[in-house]
Amino acid sequence: MIEVQDVYFTYQTTGVEALKGVSLSIRNGEFVAIMGQNGAGKTTLVKQFNGLLKPNKGNVLIDRVNTRNISIAQLARKVGFVFQNPDHQLFSETVEDEVAFALKNFGFNEETIEKRVTWALNLLDLTEYRKTSPFMLSGGERKRVALASVLAWDPEVVILDEPTIGQDHQQKETLRQFIIQLNSQGKTVVIVTHDVEFVAECNPRVTLMSEGQIVADGRARQILTNSDVALKAFVVPPQITQIFQGLADLGFPADVIDVSEAGKILIEHFQAERNKR
Amino acid sequence: MILTGPSGCGKTTLCRCFNGLIPHFYNGQLDGELSVAGLKVNEHAIYEMAQKVGLVFQNPENQLFALSVEKDVAFGLENLGVSRDEIRKRVDLALQTTEITELRERAPHELSGGQQQRVAIACVLAMQPDIMVFDEPTSFLDPLGAKKIFEVINELNKKLEITVILVEHRLDLASKYADRVVIMNNGKIILDGKPREIFSSEEARLMGVGIPKATLLWQTLQEKGFQLKGIPTSSEEATHFLREVLKK
Repeated sequence: MIEVQDVYFTYQTTGVEALKGVSLSIRNGEFVAIMGQNGAGKTTLVKQFNGLLKPNKGNVLIDRVNTRNISIAQLARKVGFVFQNPDHQLFSETVEDEVAFALKNFGFNEETIEKRVTWALNLLDLTEYRKTSPFMLSGGERKRVALASVLAWDPEVVILDEPTIGQDHQQKETLRQFIIQLNSQGKTVVIVTHDVEFVAECNPRVTLMSEGQIVADGRARQILTNSDVALKAFVVPPQITQIFQGLADLGFPADVIDVSEAGKILIEHFQAERNKR
Repeated sequence: MILTGPSGCGKTTLCRCFNGLIPHFYNGQLDGELSVAGLKVNEHAIYEMAQKVGLVFQNPENQLFALSVEKDVAFGLENLGVSRDEIRKRVDLALQTTEITELRERAPHELSGGQQQRVAIACVLAMQPDIMVFDEPTSFLDPLGAKKIFEVINELNKKLEITVILVEHRLDLASKYADRVVIMNNGKIILDGKPREIFSSEEARLMGVGIPKATLLWQTLQEKGFQLKGIPTSSEEATHFLREVLKK
């Protein structure tokens, strides 16, 4: 679905070389979390996916089409992008208008727009704010409006830049379910995030970036539990991993990332001890 | 003190009361009495309250605007008409405490997210407030950057004895520093106590508050009939407690 081939990118305004030879392949229906330190090039990379930025060198192919040969408008139908800061995205007077805006631009008919808007608002638990100004909402709610407005046009790839910021525990769980649902419909989901605990709960593929390059790529379990690799990219292992790393010398596995498996391992151990007595 | 609760529960609104943004800036009806650092909030202007209570926001970009770190940190003091010598002294101290002295000539917008958040903290710190309110100060930072910011905040609290109110959803990193946790829901305070007590309470769990994973692990074990000593709120504590049990 997404092919990044040896991409280099320098911001003209600042002269900062943000991507230094990045190659990456993301399949249809994959869930990928891009992680790494502030300024590593994560957002610069995902902005190449919807053509907001084009490589100085190398190629980005979306569904086999080079982003250089397609307009941003055409790309947007395929690749939906939800920004880190919803205020960079929202501008309409009501939540409803905001969600309908892109649909109108894409030329959907009235009936379809109405249906899609209702569907997206319901999905993200925003129906009660339909007639409210987005700017009256809390940060977490504005983030959901931004997400609803992208999902409404049903893109094949959904890119979420820091989707868990300002979301409480319940909403993060909803987001997780929601990503699983998108994946099961064959949609590709790419998130940029610092939220280690969220990633540990989802166990997606993790692409780790540092200083404009990809430094590791694999399952969350593999990447987040490798302290040397993770710390180089300023990522701290999840709390459960830290606990188990402190027990490694007692014969416990060091690659545990979530509470339920941690509980299971300890309970099995305690039960075995009980039986011995 | 950590202030948490579901999104939309009133955390940010409450924090806006602490420095007088409510009732002086936001329109609405305010009932009851608000006293902060000995001042009745409705009787004192925002600039007076700002010398007692400093707010640091989620995204430092929204707070920084000057051409150099130094100027940003001095800005609040210049507005208050503080003398030049005093400004210099306070700016130096604020930069030192947040460990960004070497960045003083740099433009804030060129810095990393973690560095910017330190600048934002230094700006507030220079006002020498009694109370500092942090609204999810690390959500834009990489995990290591976030950890370091919590360490800076902890220093302010322990060394300078500044009262710290931290609004946070991600409790895994912050809990170990807190003396007290307050949980809000639907515009009310519903739980208030020591982190261990609050995180292990049934109410907190039912409300879907993001309890630290270390505490959750303890609850999982307890459900299966393995009641271990203590209640951990951090990975270090959990490892320590587990090692004691496992070594026997």
